[in-house]
Amino acid sequence: MSLLNLTLKVWRQSSANAAGRFQDIEARDIPDHASFLEMMDIVNERLISKGEEPIAFDHDCREGICGMCSMVINGRPHGPEKTTTTCQLHMRKFKSGDTIYVEPFRAKSFPVIKDLAVDRSSFDEIQRAGGFVTVRTGSAIDANALPIGKEIADAAMDAAECIGCGACVAACPNASAMLFVSAKAGQLNSLPQGQPEKTRRTLGMVREMDAQGFGNCSNHYECEAACPKDISVDWISKLNRDYLCSAVVEKEAVAGGGGD
Amino acid sequence: MPLDSKIPSGPIAEKWSKHKRDSKLINPKNKRKYSVIVVGSGLAGSAAAASLSELGYKVKCFCFQDSPRRAHSIAAQGGINAAKNYQNDGDSVYRLFYDTVKGGDFRAREGNVHRLAEVSVNIIDQCVAQGVPFAREYGGALANRSFGGAQVSRTFYARGQTGQQLLLGAYSALNKEIANGGVKMYSRCEMVELVVVNGHAKGIITRDLVTGKIEAHAADCVLLCTGGYGNVFYLSTNAKGCNVTATWRAHKKGAFFANPCYTQIHPTCIPVSGDYQSKLTLMSESLRNDGRVWAPKKKGDNRHPSQIPDEERDYYLERKYPSFGNLAPRDISSRAAKEACDDGRGVGPGGRGVYLDFAEAIKNFGQKTIAERYGNLFDMYERITGENAYQQPMRIYPAVHYTMGGLWVDYNLMSNLPGLHVLGEANFSDHGANRLGASALMQGLADGYFVIPTTIANYLVGEKPGSITTEYPEFKKALEDVNARTSRLLGIKGKRSVDSFHRELGLLVWDKCGMARSREGLTEALGRIPALREEFWNNVTIPGSGEAFNQELEKAGRVADFLEFAELLCLDAREREESCGGHFRVEHQYEDGEAKRDDANFTYAAAWEYTGNFAKPALHKEELKFDEVHLAVRSYK
Ligand SMILES: Cc1cc2nc3c(=O)[nH]c(=O)nc-3n(C[C@H](O)[C@H](O)[C@H](O)COP(=O)(O)OP(=O)(O)OC[C@H]3O[C@@H](n4cnc5c(N)ncnc54)[C@H](O)[C@@H]3O)c2cc1C
Ligand code: FES
Repeated sequence: MSLLNLTLKVWRQSSANAAGRFQDIEARDIPDHASFLEMMDIVNERLISKGEEPIAFDHDCREGICGMCSMVINGRPHGPEKTTTTCQLHMRKFKSGDTIYVEPFRAKSFPVIKDLAVDRSSFDEIQRAGGFVTVRTGSAIDANALPIGKEIADAAMDAAECIGCGACVAACPNASAMLFVSAKAGQLNSLPQGQPEKTRRTLGMVREMDAQGFGNCSNHYECEAACPKDISVDWISKLNRDYLCSAVVEKEAVAGGGGD
Repeated sequence: MPLDSKIPSGPIAEKWSKHKRDSKLINPKNKRKYSVIVVGSGLAGSAAAASLSELGYKVKCFCFQDSPRRAHSIAAQGGINAAKNYQNDGDSVYRLFYDTVKGGDFRAREGNVHRLAEVSVNIIDQCVAQGVPFAREYGGALANRSFGGAQVSRTFYARGQTGQQLLLGAYSALNKEIANGGVKMYSRCEMVELVVVNGHAKGIITRDLVTGKIEAHAADCVLLCTGGYGNVFYLSTNAKGCNVTATWRAHKKGAFFANPCYTQIHPTCIPVSGDYQSKLTLMSESLRNDGRVWAPKKKGDNRHPSQIPDEERDYYLERKYPSFGNLAPRDISSRAAKEACDDGRGVGPGGRGVYLDFAEAIKNFGQKTIAERYGNLFDMYERITGENAYQQPMRIYPAVHYTMGGLWVDYNLMSNLPGLHVLGEANFSDHGANRLGASALMQGLADGYFVIPTTIANYLVGEKPGSITTEYPEFKKALEDVNARTSRLLGIKGKRSVDSFHRELGLLVWDKCGMARSREGLTEALGRIPALREEFWNNVTIPGSGEAFNQELEKAGRVADFLEFAELLCLDAREREESCGGHFRVEHQYEDGEAKRDDANFTYAAAWEYTGNFAKPALHKEELKFDEVHLAVRSYK
């Protein structure tokens, strides 16, 4: 194990409405086996011992699955290692003498709470606008009564791997949430269980995404590169198709509305 | 006070049906008048909140993460058990029941376990209907894998992310109910006190973690679905925020804490690499389907594993437990790893590790198949250790993983404190002294989707809805207490950080109350914990204020509770003069090192009552009866 000496430039912002700034922090003797968040823990312990406020950042599982950790590291959401969340990034990926910029995810729909912690409740709101199958507890049929081909199940699982961290939004020049929304809608839209509500779900989620102030997707595909779970932008094209179909279905329903 | 478990009479297989038949009903119009507080949004909490709202109850749900979808259940990897017998390999409700009672080393309640096995089949149906993408076979049917402690293949899974997928399913059900107004969700909001009015749990006090606002919430009953207390050990496989606060606060308000000493040490985790370590990472038990566990036969053998020939390797699980081999239950596998390391045959830094080797599986099935099965785990292993497990065996060591103990509940999942219900890992009832793999997800969802929706009415029917409000003096008093505690913490302004106390406590309980416990060691810990607690209250430092986002303050509240709880943990471990499941007392073992139970004296659940003096809680015993599965020495040989 070797020890690294680093210079951090960390975004400090005391609250949502306060002005932020970069603070320079010397991080000396950091074990290269430590994770990035363990490095932050060490830095925070030292700040506390000097009577200063530690750097606020979100985290929980530290296993790359809960989606709670965020941070933009040297300009990239979750840092330099592909398909790796901040909590799974380890210091052996850095060299002694490096300067590391650490910033919050930046997007209008993710307001800063403090330092590196942001408010991502807009993602919950999108899910509430249709990201479910309406099935009451207890009303389900036997699980094997509905065979689902392995390919379909696997594809749905690919989409379902999304951890809802918001790196896609932070990476996008327009702060679009299309990768997230397309993965969430795509999982259910591609399964037989999701068919009855497909139109409602697609329209609901896309409209809520707009209402939450996320930007438009203009096919930069930075999102895919930043996604720690390797969610493919193909889901975006699929959502675009589902959206068009749903909009047509809705129009026809309105035109023919009222019935007899 | 006599503890009435309220297990229905009659044959084991009919108890739950009978109970459902006999349970009280509340008509749909009246249900709307009742309000329920659900603390926690993991599998147990989300499932309960969604299902109760579907029934018409008004629900408020709380979690400390920024979204209910991030509850610690999200991290479960391997799978969920269900007695579907889709493999036609002889599984049945009875067999799952039997395996779980035996796996729990005869310290669980038979009635509860049978119910769990019964509803396990409904869980899978429910999850599939929600769109949970379980693994499937080419024909479109659901796939299964094997887990420890069972000789049938009954574990359903979604790659290595089963907990994530089940939680996202429960979260989607919760979202559906939030969207239609049945559930009001409070994220980043921590319960810091339980409010008891006239002996009944009628509300909670919360702290908004963003604004620091302390608030009172009243309801007709309270459900705690707040997970386990594994982080009392500081290092564990649990998420950083997992805590004992909710259950401990309830305990101090009168709820009995049962079997705190039943903690589970998981055999396959990535070993500690340094003192900066903030958590330990699990390598799923499913890996033991294909991985072979071994340690060098020779002491201090520090050759590279590839240089150690087969005949100089000790595949100790296969040697000691030929019929279960690498799939021996967790407590047994963990102790075997510790033994090998204590014997000087450990590998890696500090000699605290053994190998989990996939060479043979890769030779038999090819790297591609192994990657398909466990790719994400191998990737995770490489990120953390910098080593490639396709080329050399993984190094693993046991780590704290799960807590079987929890608040005492009866068959209705209600604690001794009327109105207080406890679900999921937070309660104590189903896993005895050791939980089998893939059974926690099953229990959380069973409690939330299928048990509480039936049993809650048994309590509520006797209550006048909405009769207790936050105007009651008990709420005012609780608010004052919470504010005073916060000011006190912030006012200490000492020299040591919260984490430094947590680490010290963790090392102490791991050392004295971890994988091997002795009366002497526990007595020593019981002497040191109060001193550490005292130092905490005089020397901790918490920068910042209470009226803002303050993560040090959040941690301080949790660590303060761990410092009290740890004492009960060690007391319970010292009181239980036997070895069973995860509780191993060195004084009580057979000659071959296997755990020695004392059925004559300890076939009971120890339910502790808070008396105001941490050193002298009152013990209440619930005798456990084994009518179906006869008490026997657990053998996996
Ligand atoms: C790494 C890992 C892998 C696992 N793999 C498996 C597996 O393969 N199969 C299996 O069966 N089990 C597994 N388990 C165990 C299983 O995941 C847990 O036991 C189970 O998910 C617990 O669910 P729960 O709903 O009881 O609690 P949790 O999911 O822990 O949820 C607790 C909830 O309570 C909230 N909360 C806690 N305290 C407070 C408070 N004071 N105020 C407000 N909210 C609060 C939290 O925010 C959270 O929402 C695994 C566990 C770990 C650690
Ligand atoms: S902390 Fe959970 S994904 Fe990083």
